[in-house]
Amino acid sequence: MIHEAYIYDAIRTPRGKGKKDGSLHEVPPIDLLVTLLKALQGRNGLDSAEVEDVIIGCVAPVGDQGADIARCAVLAAGWDETVAGVQINRFCSSGLEAIGMAAEKVRSGWHDLLVAGGVESMSRVPMMSDGGPMLGKPMVSLDINMVPQGVSADLLATLEGFSREELDQFAIRSQQRAALARECGYFKSVVPVKDQNGLPLLDQDEYIRPDANMEGLAKLKPAFQQMGDIGFDAVCLQRYPTVERINHLHTAGNSSGIVDGAAVALIGSKEKGEALGLKPRGRVVSVGLIGVEPSLMLQGPGPASKRALAKAGMTIGDIDLIECNEAFAAVPLRFMRDMGLTDMDRLNVNGGAIALGHPLGATGTMLIGTALDELERQDKSTALITLCIGIGMGEAMIIERV
Amino acid sequence: MNTFISYEKDQQGMVTLTMDMPGRSVNVINEEFGEGFSEVVDRLATESGLTGVIIASAKKTFVAGAEIDFLYQQIDPAVVFRMVQEMKASQRRLETLGVPVVAAINGAALGGGWEVALATHYRVAIDDPKTKIGLPEVTLGLLPGDGGVTRMVRLLGLQAAFPYLTEGKPVTAREAKEAGLIDELAADRADMMAKARAWILANPKSSQPWDREDYRMPGGTPSSPKAAQMLMVAPAMLRKKTYRNYPAPEAILSAMVEGAAVDFDTALRIESRYFAAIATGKVAKNMLTTFWFQLNHIKGGGSRPAGIAPTETKKVGVLGAGLMGHGIAYVTATAGMDVVLKDVSKEKADAGKAAIDELVSKRVAQGRMTAEAKAAILGRIVTTGAAEDLQGCDLVIEAVFEDRGLKARVTQEAEAQIAADAVFASNTSTLPITGLAEPSSRPENFIGLHFFSPVHRMDLVEIIVGKKTSQQTLAKAFDYVLKIGKTPIVVNDSRGFYTSRVFGTYVKEGCNMLAEGQNPRAIEAAGLQAGMPMGALEVADMVGLNLAVHINEQTEKDLAAEGKQMERQPADAVVVRMVKEFGRLGKNQGTGFYDYPKEGGKSLWPGVYDLYPTAAAALSQGEMIERLMFIQALETVRCHEEGVVLSVADANIGSVFGWGFAPFKGGTLQYINDYGIAAFVERSRQLADKYGDRFSPPAMLIEMARTGKTF
Repeated sequence: MIHEAYIYDAIRTPRGKGKKDGSLHEVPPIDLLVTLLKALQGRNGLDSAEVEDVIIGCVAPVGDQGADIARCAVLAAGWDETVAGVQINRFCSSGLEAIGMAAEKVRSGWHDLLVAGGVESMSRVPMMSDGGPMLGKPMVSLDINMVPQGVSADLLATLEGFSREELDQFAIRSQQRAALARECGYFKSVVPVKDQNGLPLLDQDEYIRPDANMEGLAKLKPAFQQMGDIGFDAVCLQRYPTVERINHLHTAGNSSGIVDGAAVALIGSKEKGEALGLKPRGRVVSVGLIGVEPSLMLQGPGPASKRALAKAGMTIGDIDLIECNEAFAAVPLRFMRDMGLTDMDRLNVNGGAIALGHPLGATGTMLIGTALDELERQDKSTALITLCIGIGMGEAMIIERV
Repeated sequence: MNTFISYEKDQQGMVTLTMDMPGRSVNVINEEFGEGFSEVVDRLATESGLTGVIIASAKKTFVAGAEIDFLYQQIDPAVVFRMVQEMKASQRRLETLGVPVVAAINGAALGGGWEVALATHYRVAIDDPKTKIGLPEVTLGLLPGDGGVTRMVRLLGLQAAFPYLTEGKPVTAREAKEAGLIDELAADRADMMAKARAWILANPKSSQPWDREDYRMPGGTPSSPKAAQMLMVAPAMLRKKTYRNYPAPEAILSAMVEGAAVDFDTALRIESRYFAAIATGKVAKNMLTTFWFQLNHIKGGGSRPAGIAPTETKKVGVLGAGLMGHGIAYVTATAGMDVVLKDVSKEKADAGKAAIDELVSKRVAQGRMTAEAKAAILGRIVTTGAAEDLQGCDLVIEAVFEDRGLKARVTQEAEAQIAADAVFASNTSTLPITGLAEPSSRPENFIGLHFFSPVHRMDLVEIIVGKKTSQQTLAKAFDYVLKIGKTPIVVNDSRGFYTSRVFGTYVKEGCNMLAEGQNPRAIEAAGLQAGMPMGALEVADMVGLNLAVHINEQTEKDLAAEGKQMERQPADAVVVRMVKEFGRLGKNQGTGFYDYPKEGGKSLWPGVYDLYPTAAAALSQGEMIERLMFIQALETVRCHEEGVVLSVADANIGSVFGWGFAPFKGGTLQYINDYGIAAFVERSRQLADKYGDRFSPPAMLIEMARTGKTF
């Protein structure tokens, strides 16, 4: 028998600027998780001993984020010591992967109630702090055509023929939508972060630039030109021989922001929820996961979404809202082409990572919460959440309100 | 006791090891050296009252490098691995003896020689520009496998060691001192030995930095954030240059990084494993075959007629002071010969000399030439507009416009002034030598000397022997080419000689694929991926599309005169359309297959994409690469079969030095060896079926495949 995986709650911290002057820079990442675990407990009147496992996505699990931060957070939050914890890493989709794993555990019938989430304090543990085989063994980098993501994004834009204006326009849209959503209080799942005295540190997203305009964006320099010139353009051109040159179009303004933040969701079976008196907000319908050519790297959301749709027996037309992570402006634009979407009416309606920032390990879970909030606000039913992933992967999940 | 490392202990307990391999002008690292070295270290280990060790050389150089012959034969990685591990064990024992060890570097310390020096605690070198230091292994497709990678990284750090290891350029002792490779400079041998002794006395308890408790790798180990940027970027920087055709620099980078993450002895072992793989690999064999054995054969006079006494060219006349003419004058004067640079007027000749002045002045400004040397070179060049000034020249080289009438006139004009035994050479790149020799009164003294542009940078000279050219004339031309420091190959007269003829097939094949509707950018990428220095279409632009049309028309006329028909290829129509339909004449005019804007780089002319309807199926890059390479290899075999190019060495070296044929393949004929003769024949037949007879394997090749022979 199939046990439906219900989403009982999904909450997140605001996203703080991922720099020294960011409001969450002084907060160790474990405290972001502790804040959320306590809030989750309080919001749902939850006895933590009912939770079997906490799955936390994190992309740079070293330093402050090392040593299985999930288990550490469980204990630091004062949760029952019987609650296990595991940290996972599927790069930018880690937070979605955590939910997928929790859902699969529930659907298998082997677990009844879990927390899934993600955390990334990019100001404290910078990207690439975790090293990896591509740095430690040069032959790996050579064999898989390793390219920094920004250069991949420019390759994607080049192959698709996107112009700088198109990318910048998309960025403006993201900023305007996010600013409006924040102003109108659409981000209901945000839990403010406070210090030990209860003094506020950050109560809403602080990366948004509501006044962003085309003139301002046009002045920004391509962020990945130098990387390209050093040798990574050559890697792309050797892999894509019909491309004459890479157009370096992505800037700090039309790429996702570096931020700090965390998110968690409560996932459980229908039966467990009923027994505990929990009110479900949605259910996980299907997931799609795929590997794609690693030097282009960012083209995964389309194929992953098609898999998720096929598994659900649905078409893109059956989906009410879409969240496609704005790692770079070219990513959702390419996704639209892959899915045959001709307008953006359903896509990232409250902006995305270009405006809000992309706390790597947490974003997937954040997007689930954002989608649920908006489905409820619009009283719609289905959403597709999808992210591009490093070294060439894509992941998608379909959820449905219940 | 071995006979090539002498062992002398003085009263202070210092042992001087003097390398002096008998019967050789230089010390080299080979199997016997390894055994001898090991014996000597054993003796040092048991020496009582030992206070220090100095390693010195009795030759003019320290150690010239490793002997290639033995390594070249090795095909079993296990044998190579064991061999280098044994060598390393002796070096390791030497540097951990517990007494100071100094390398007294009196001259070049290259490759394995520098690796010996690295295994000492202190390096004193004589401050002389001839004291070259470095690890050129990578240029022969190898990696420094006797501890060179490991010790250079430990000494300098990953980032600083990278260029020395992956580019292989030697440096002078002074540059090495600045880089921290040499510890102290000495004025001469006595000073060097005194400094070595003084250092030993002052540092009785010395060890290698990497064997000390407080050792920190400069720039950080691979796990440090400081190194992350370099680690991320280095592979991309490499492949930008190598297109992944060269395993050696990749193995070097791998041994550097993987070795830097572990302890010293493990690092040495990792280095040995990569070395074993590289040394027994195909690319190293290709490169050693051509750039070691065949190049040495050529430089040793392999294609020079036997039994003719060495000649000495003293005064050279150069006719025409244009790009080629003044280039020839420059390299000739640089080699110490007197030059008469003649053009139609003294003013024109002076303009050529001014261009030379510019070249040498630049070198002086860069610190690569002294002002005295510049003055001497310019002083050897006399400019003139008068033929009489050619008197006394024992060699005259004409570099006038490619026009038979003009060439006939200057030939006769010069011959009227020069001695009966003087040689007259034409620097033609297209006109058959035998025909050019017809107006000559001494056709046996007439020869072709085909220089490449720019003359001062291109290492090759194609010597073309006409029907009547004498062996004496050939010998004289050959000796002259060696004297100017260039590499001579000897070919018989034929349309396009050897280099232009084969090189032309590369360009044509690129155009053929364009005519078939293949993506022009993909064609260019295939050429670059194949290891050619430029895409075929870019080369066509550089040669000039109008010139290509002109040569085609001329060839067709010439063949018609002989009652033959030119074999037509789709490429011929491509260039005709470019020139006649679109007026795109080539790079000189700023318009060809590419646009050449004044600002910014070139880019393919958008019209190229619309010249022909896109092919139904795009060829794979692999297929395009094979077409571009096979066509050159096959044309070389035809040249060899027809006796145009006589030696395999000349064919290979000519292809790499002449037009940049993929060096990692070792040249056009070595390419076939690398592919396997039988497999190459089989694949040629398949290509012939698909693309035409030009790919049919010549009889010589079929026979070689049958009898199992290789080039």
